[in-house]
Amino acid sequence: MGTLIDIQSLNLYYGTFHALKDVSMDIPEKAITAFIGPSGCGKSTLLRTLNRMNDMIPGTRIEGQIAVGGTDIYSREVDVETLRKKVGMVFQQPNPFPKSIYDNVAYGPRLHGIRSKGKLDEIVETSLRSAALWGEVKDHLKRSALSLSGGQQQRLCIARALAVNPDILLMDEATSALDPISTLKIEELAQDLKDRYTIVMVTHNMHQAARVSNQTVFFLNGEVVEYSDTEKLFSNPRDQRTEDYISGRFG
Amino acid sequence: MRSEVTQPMKASGKSPIKLDFRNEKSHLLDKIVPILLFLCAALSILTTIGIVFTLITETFQFFQKVSIMDYLFGTKWSPLIDPKSFGVLPLLSGTFMITIIACIVAIPLGLASAIYLSEYAHKRVRKIIKPILEVLAGVPTIVYGYFALSLITPLIRGIFPDTGVFNALSAGIVVGIMIIPMVCSLSEDAMSAVPRSLRDGAYALGATRFEVALKIVVPAALSGIVASAVLAFSRAIGETMIVTVAAGATPKLTADPLESIQTMTAYIVQVSMGDTPHGSIEYGTIFAVGMTLFIITFLLNILAQYVARRFREEY
Repeated sequence: MGTLIDIQSLNLYYGTFHALKDVSMDIPEKAITAFIGPSGCGKSTLLRTLNRMNDMIPGTRIEGQIAVGGTDIYSREVDVETLRKKVGMVFQQPNPFPKSIYDNVAYGPRLHGIRSKGKLDEIVETSLRSAALWGEVKDHLKRSALSLSGGQQQRLCIARALAVNPDILLMDEATSALDPISTLKIEELAQDLKDRYTIVMVTHNMHQAARVSNQTVFFLNGEVVEYSDTEKLFSNPRDQRTEDYISGRFG
Repeated sequence: MRSEVTQPMKASGKSPIKLDFRNEKSHLLDKIVPILLFLCAALSILTTIGIVFTLITETFQFFQKVSIMDYLFGTKWSPLIDPKSFGVLPLLSGTFMITIIACIVAIPLGLASAIYLSEYAHKRVRKIIKPILEVLAGVPTIVYGYFALSLITPLIRGIFPDTGVFNALSAGIVVGIMIIPMVCSLSEDAMSAVPRSLRDGAYALGATRFEVALKIVVPAALSGIVASAVLAFSRAIGETMIVTVAAGATPKLTADPLESIQTMTAYIVQVSMGDTPHGSIEYGTIFAVGMTLFIITFLLNILAQYVARRFREEY
């Protein structure tokens, strides 16, 4: 497994608040890497630096380097829209657009210039299939996305992200607003998708990290405490703080 | 909650602790205040009923003297000069010409400034610009009227020298400028109410700011935007002072905005200021025209509410 994302001594400040402290890590391709840690530890912040969603928060300042596929994504030549096309994201709350199921999935491809109906139909179908939603919605693609259940909406958001053909999929606590059965479906989906995509997920639920991820990173107060293979981190943590956290002593 | 304690509280139960829940405050205010508030609300309702009642009775009397068909479909309006004729179409066409010009000015400009304020402007810029826009909405319309007459009309005459001193274009443009703040403010409210998560969803797919504004925010806020446009339309129809000052007093069925026209509102002003005897047929016209105006704006307001509900893209 090669390294796809290479983070070097990353520091991030929101105004005067030092949100990420000297973070360095290599994230391998075609695997699931999970970020865990208590609220406010910086795990979502780091995730959002990977597709530069933090750019939109005024007062954010970044030092250090993040290279995705060998390119520093904060360098001047990088076009942030192209970056986001390659680094898709799924959010905590399902956020389908108030449009039809079809138009939700076709939104990204249309944005990037695909107009042909045949091509769009094909992308919509493959994306919905990849997101394990096709069987449930294929007969009413024109129906409003908001008529779907929460779990279906979240899979629709995954399909929408996959439709622009990204290399990386960021999942920001993508199951925390869902019921256990929907959560399980998304976890199974992530397992299927990792053969084709590099997945980085933030989760509040360490059991989820233990169940689905290959690597786990444990954050505390903006620092990386421990980063290792998931199995090792949960069975034999090196750091006392990791052990305290995964055994439920805090957080 | 009006459960009144009529008898002294009985000590009952097994608890050795004694708590007294009798009222400590006077409830007099709580009884009077709702009555006062109700009277305030009733006052405005009564006023409305009074206005509608007067309009209806006076209009009814008018239509006993003038045929309603002549009124609605007549193409000549000259109730003050013989031979009298009472065709309202020239006034209607004047009103709609002003309104349409005003909307052509106000809706694109208002919407564009709303998009700027909600999607582009820095928080600080918005904090400065919004109050300024609201000041613009508070300028007395007579001031706008002279603005039209003394600035816009000469500009138009510079381009089209044949234009009259009083013309529909100048008044229409200025009515439009007057309602920009309303369109902007209502549309901006609707767009700001679109949840951040929808914008994030689009940004995460690689949308630019403009694409997010145009393809996500505007559609999601469409009901509010359309409602603001309809309200703008009805505001323009009812506008009086600007058209009285700048559009002239020539009821005319014309499609040329460079000519002098007269709107329904300006006609009412003209008659009210003259010495038309009470109870005469000329006097009756202002109620008939007022009623027509009332029905149009009433229907438009209903339309605005219907549109706001119907086109809601729920989020």
